[in-house]
Amino acid sequence: MKIVQLDRFNVLRSWWMKALAFVALLSIVANVAGTPDLLSRGAVEASLRFAAPIALAGLGGLWAERSGVLNIGLEGMMVIGTWMGAWAGYQWGPWVGVGAAICGGALFGMFHALLTVTYGVDQAVSGIAINVAALGFGRFLSSVFFEGTPGGGISQSPRVPQIETVSLPGLEPLLEPVATRGVPIVSDFASVLLGALTGVSLLTILTVALVVVSWWLLFRTSFGLRLRAVGENPAAADSLGVSPNRLRYAALTVSGAFAGLGGAFLVTVASSIYREGQVAGRGFIGLATVIFGNWMPGRLAGGSLLFGFTDALRTRQEATVTALVLVGAIAFAYLAIRSMRRDDGRTWIGYAVAAVGLGLWYMAVGLVPSEFVGFAPHLTTLLVLSLGHQSLRPPAGIGVPYRRSEVT
Amino acid sequence: MSKRWERVALQLAAPALALVFAAALAAVILRLTGADAGMVMPEVLAFGSTPASLVAVVNKATTYYLAGIAGAIGFRMLLFNIGIDGQYRLAVFTAAVVGAAVTLPAILHVALIMVVAMVVGALWAGIAGYLKVARGVSEVISTIMLNSIATGIIAYLLAPGRLAERQAGSNNIRTPEIPASGWIPGIEVEGGTVFGFVLGAALLGTGFWILLNKTRFGFELRASGLSLRAAAVSGVNSRRMIFITMLMSGATAGLVGIPQLLGASHQYGLDFPAGFGFTGLAIAILGRNHPFGVALGALLWAWLERSAQVLDLMGVSREIVTIMQATIVLSVVVAYEAVRRVNLRRQQRLVGRASVDTAKTVVA
Repeated sequence: MKIVQLDRFNVLRSWWMKALAFVALLSIVANVAGTPDLLSRGAVEASLRFAAPIALAGLGGLWAERSGVLNIGLEGMMVIGTWMGAWAGYQWGPWVGVGAAICGGALFGMFHALLTVTYGVDQAVSGIAINVAALGFGRFLSSVFFEGTPGGGISQSPRVPQIETVSLPGLEPLLEPVATRGVPIVSDFASVLLGALTGVSLLTILTVALVVVSWWLLFRTSFGLRLRAVGENPAAADSLGVSPNRLRYAALTVSGAFAGLGGAFLVTVASSIYREGQVAGRGFIGLATVIFGNWMPGRLAGGSLLFGFTDALRTRQEATVTALVLVGAIAFAYLAIRSMRRDDGRTWIGYAVAAVGLGLWYMAVGLVPSEFVGFAPHLTTLLVLSLGHQSLRPPAGIGVPYRRSEVT
Repeated sequence: MSKRWERVALQLAAPALALVFAAALAAVILRLTGADAGMVMPEVLAFGSTPASLVAVVNKATTYYLAGIAGAIGFRMLLFNIGIDGQYRLAVFTAAVVGAAVTLPAILHVALIMVVAMVVGALWAGIAGYLKVARGVSEVISTIMLNSIATGIIAYLLAPGRLAERQAGSNNIRTPEIPASGWIPGIEVEGGTVFGFVLGAALLGTGFWILLNKTRFGFELRASGLSLRAAAVSGVNSRRMIFITMLMSGATAGLVGIPQLLGASHQYGLDFPAGFGFTGLAIAILGRNHPFGVALGALLWAWLERSAQVLDLMGVSREIVTIMQATIVLSVVVAYEAVRRVNLRRQQRLVGRASVDTAKTVVA
């Protein structure tokens, strides 16, 4: 019993240590490269704002894939979420919008379940069809409901009120002087805390809570155990009296609801309007964070923070973006050393090449075009997938439809 | 013979049912939004059958057909090439740049542009293929990522001072124009000009059919698509097959932009049509990955889009057609699955009956 608790303590400590180490690394790079903007309060705020919808999409992907169903339709479900959020939001307030978005997403999630679980349609095909359908619904419904409203039209909605923000009381006067004093690392920590704990949208807090709740439900309850069992081996789960189909329905409903909430976030926090093309591949990045996080909620959240951070940087100065290359080089060097010590075979060579390449690039070029930052998350995902595939462990049942009579 | 016809009829019943279902749903939605379906439908049919409309449909369908075939090649091997969009944009962009940079005799020029497009498309898809066979990375995820990377690369290169120039008097940024020797002449008919590349697309479809049905490679492809394990046991190198299939799918995807580039635009710009990836996959699904079925699917898709244009004039949102397209795809996949199960049950019954007969003769 004691050992278990010690273990938990270690995990917690290593989590905090990792976060602290990362902030310290960024702080050092910001000083070395002379780009204080890398860790400014605004940058942290923006990162959170960009990370939350990605994390929500990621959670949607996580729930679906843990139950053994691939959900490419996340993107489309997010589109439905943005539309529903805007439609209900501009009339009855943002929270009603959030509720409507969750319902819309969940409905499409159930539809995905109907197609893949009940009708046995290929999971990727169903996802593709849902993405096509969602675009069509978005456009058509806008043309019916938004045309003629103030500021609304076929490709956008009227203005939607924002979700309110909250701050941790007493923090501002305490940390503000520290953050602006310009003490090398201490000031950066202060501005990170300021950015993360003041002026935070309630929906962002909800997102953080949902990561924890997802982890608890999936990994600490018997419901979660059954759901994961269905994702690994539905036939075995079935033989023990767990109904794979019912659990997959549940998982996909939750998955769609998360994607819908992510869409609502875009409408009520990240911007104040529904616009066509607003989701812009965030559903797909959400899928990427699932892989990045090795199908675990905590790491998934870390991955979406990283993606949100790069996403936010795109809107900042080019020099800041360039500092990111240095961060990447150091991160890959760390991965190389780690996999060398773990004896992962030749994996470390790939990481080392990436590290040296990025380092050389930083020294030689000095500037990174902002267009390249846009695909940094995608490139990182590809690299992680192709280099770290040995340590990735997806649920074994993904993509395999389950029918009692057709067990292969 | 009658059994074979029974099967064909079953196959055709699925898309026909889906079409009827989608039309019925569209009629219901029309009614809900206050329009009279009985009055709208004849107008749509009339507009959709004018010569100008038919030309536009054939031209659009040519592009969709190529995207559909690119998807179908992958599907036949159980590969989901979601990267058609990225492959085609990167390919047509590079082809436009190369085509504008060289001067060659007419046929060579066109051939060079097409080869460049196919090679670039194949290489971009080849990354996903390599990652799949060497690293076990799912092509669904890797091609989605490669799409975004292609978007970034093109956004970087398609800028004034790099590989493109600003169009005078507009916000459009585009590559230099390809000289006339690199154009594919159109076919003049009543109602407009049909892309000359429509013949190329037909040729490609025929080639795909021959490859599938008359070559050893095609046999192995179909066998692997039915059961990867069974094919591997009988000596098919599935990793090689996966990689080659991905290359072929990418090369075909590379051609998607060619009809538009060499037939009409002659340059790649911000206004170049994009987003054919999912359309291609949807059309491939619709056409059951068969070269002829995909052609029907592409024509239907293009026709729906074209004839919907008249809806705006009648005060109905033409976006209803996107809902119809989605409904068709969704109901078609469900219908195909239903047909598959009916077939399965029929086969089981036949096998059951046959084995009972055998048992009887053995006992006797």
